[in-house]
Amino acid sequence: MFIKQLSVFLENNPGTLRAMTELLGRGGIDMLALSIADTQSFGIVRTIINSSQIDDAVTLLKENGYISKVNHVICASVPDRPLGLTELLSVIEESKLSVEYMYSFLRAAEKGTARMILRLDDGKKAEQVFEEHRIKMLSQAEVDKM
Amino acid sequence: MSGKQHLIYNPEKECMSRDEMHAWQSAKLSETVRREYENVPMYRARMDAKGLKPEDIRTIEDIKYLPFMEKTDLRDYYPFDLLACPKSEIVRIHGSSGTTGKPIVSGYTRSDVNVWSEMMARTLTAAGCTKDDVVQVAYGFGLFTGGFGAYQGADKIGAMVVPMSSGNTQRQIMMMQDLGATMLCCTPSYATYLGETIREMGLVPGKDIKLKAGCFGAEPWTEAMRVHLEELLGIDACDIYGLTEMGGPGVAFNCLEKDGMHVNEDHVIAEIIDPATGEQLPYGEKGELVFTTITKTGMPMLRYRTHDICSLTDKPCACGRTTVRMSRITGRTDDMLIIRGVNVFPSQIETVLVKTQGVAPHYMLVVDRVNNSDTLEVQVEMTEEMFSDTVGQIENVRRYITEQIKSVVGISAKVTLNAPKSMPRSEGKAKRIIDNRKL
Repeated sequence: MFIKQLSVFLENNPGTLRAMTELLGRGGIDMLALSIADTQSFGIVRTIINSSQIDDAVTLLKENGYISKVNHVICASVPDRPLGLTELLSVIEESKLSVEYMYSFLRAAEKGTARMILRLDDGKKAEQVFEEHRIKMLSQAEVDKM
Repeated sequence: MSGKQHLIYNPEKECMSRDEMHAWQSAKLSETVRREYENVPMYRARMDAKGLKPEDIRTIEDIKYLPFMEKTDLRDYYPFDLLACPKSEIVRIHGSSGTTGKPIVSGYTRSDVNVWSEMMARTLTAAGCTKDDVVQVAYGFGLFTGGFGAYQGADKIGAMVVPMSSGNTQRQIMMMQDLGATMLCCTPSYATYLGETIREMGLVPGKDIKLKAGCFGAEPWTEAMRVHLEELLGIDACDIYGLTEMGGPGVAFNCLEKDGMHVNEDHVIAEIIDPATGEQLPYGEKGELVFTTITKTGMPMLRYRTHDICSLTDKPCACGRTTVRMSRITGRTDDMLIIRGVNVFPSQIETVLVKTQGVAPHYMLVVDRVNNSDTLEVQVEMTEEMFSDTVGQIENVRRYITEQIKSVVGISAKVTLNAPKSMPRSEGKAKRIIDNRKL
């Protein structure tokens, strides 16, 4: 089970993140989760937004000269307690999968759980492994209701 | 008049009257043209196309009828098709980076090597070198002409040569102290770096360091840098000019008046042309420098366009030499950059980018000089195709471009990724170079 993620390229300069988030904000687009990968010369902003808004966001970004990309990631539910995340990572490790990146939702989840967004090197295999280990993955519909 | 004591290596040649020089050059030019016509099919075809025969070139006034040669000729006829002698007569090859990743090479006969040594002996002598001097050569030894050129000139004078080659600064300074080097030959930027390091080590030029003069060249520099170098090291800093195609350094050199560079006119003829029309310009006018070798027997070059901009003067010099002097190079007629001594054409970088899947052909080259070393930054635009949600994938493309530039151009560049549409679009002439070096 996968959800959509929007990634945007940014130059590593003062003000670029503000300008991009302002553009999305003024376009009425609500970010549910956000992470920034930065290198010396550039940054990648990854965000989860309501799937009904993705096309609008892509158009808006393109019109304003941004390069963006939509791809699929896993949203996993983990127990919100010490070692909760470690258990998930152990499953990933034992299955010989590796995490390319991971971040968490901005919004509080239902009591006792946290939600992690994951990109693993083999998404299909990860989905099977998570199902076998009964790790809850959120559907796009569930995310959109957040 | 500076009141300096001027040493002249070969007064007979360097101080001959203008009439004598005219006669000498005319005779040597017609010899060279005949040799080229008879031995180099490419040049013969070019002369035939203009209806020129060797006997049409009698005096140096006739030089203006000869077709030009270009750097691209050295690439197109690489490596041996411009030789005007049997290959077995070649005793040495030198070269420099070309425009396509292949070097351009020049072949030297025994006689060419001797002429080159003579020109460098004159160059070093003009800077004050005698057989009593210790000459530290910190130019690279290799295909590059700098190291061997300086070595041969100092050797001919009978000075003590210390062939250090470039780099290893601490060791350079140790040897400079221990051996009591009095002359230094290297690039001006490396000389500046050496000077600054000497100062940082608390050494005092004139006391701990015995240098009195240096011959510096192989990269563009300014009069201000030259004066700075003189103060930094407490020396006479002399500018020298040369290019591999002409046989290396020593084509022209500063005497201690440091007012223009004396051209070794009994071996090369210098002209200034209008780069647009190719018409010869009179002395005093600024234009493109064109050289003709008149004593080279391995690979003579006729009317070779350097693309360097300067002017010439035949006004007498206080040093006593009568040879024509060329001014400092003030620019280029093409967009060639010299970065760390390597010739770089923006078109080479463009080719790398165009060949790389998913990369836009819009770019900007930013050249700077940091800690006396040239840096090149290649700014590339991000594209939809290149963009990924993972850093690793983008970095892979960036690394690939960096490696390609290194292999094609021969120097390390820093590749940065910029926002789409942030680079100037080509509208006839896009500005693709920002040169922040204070030259």
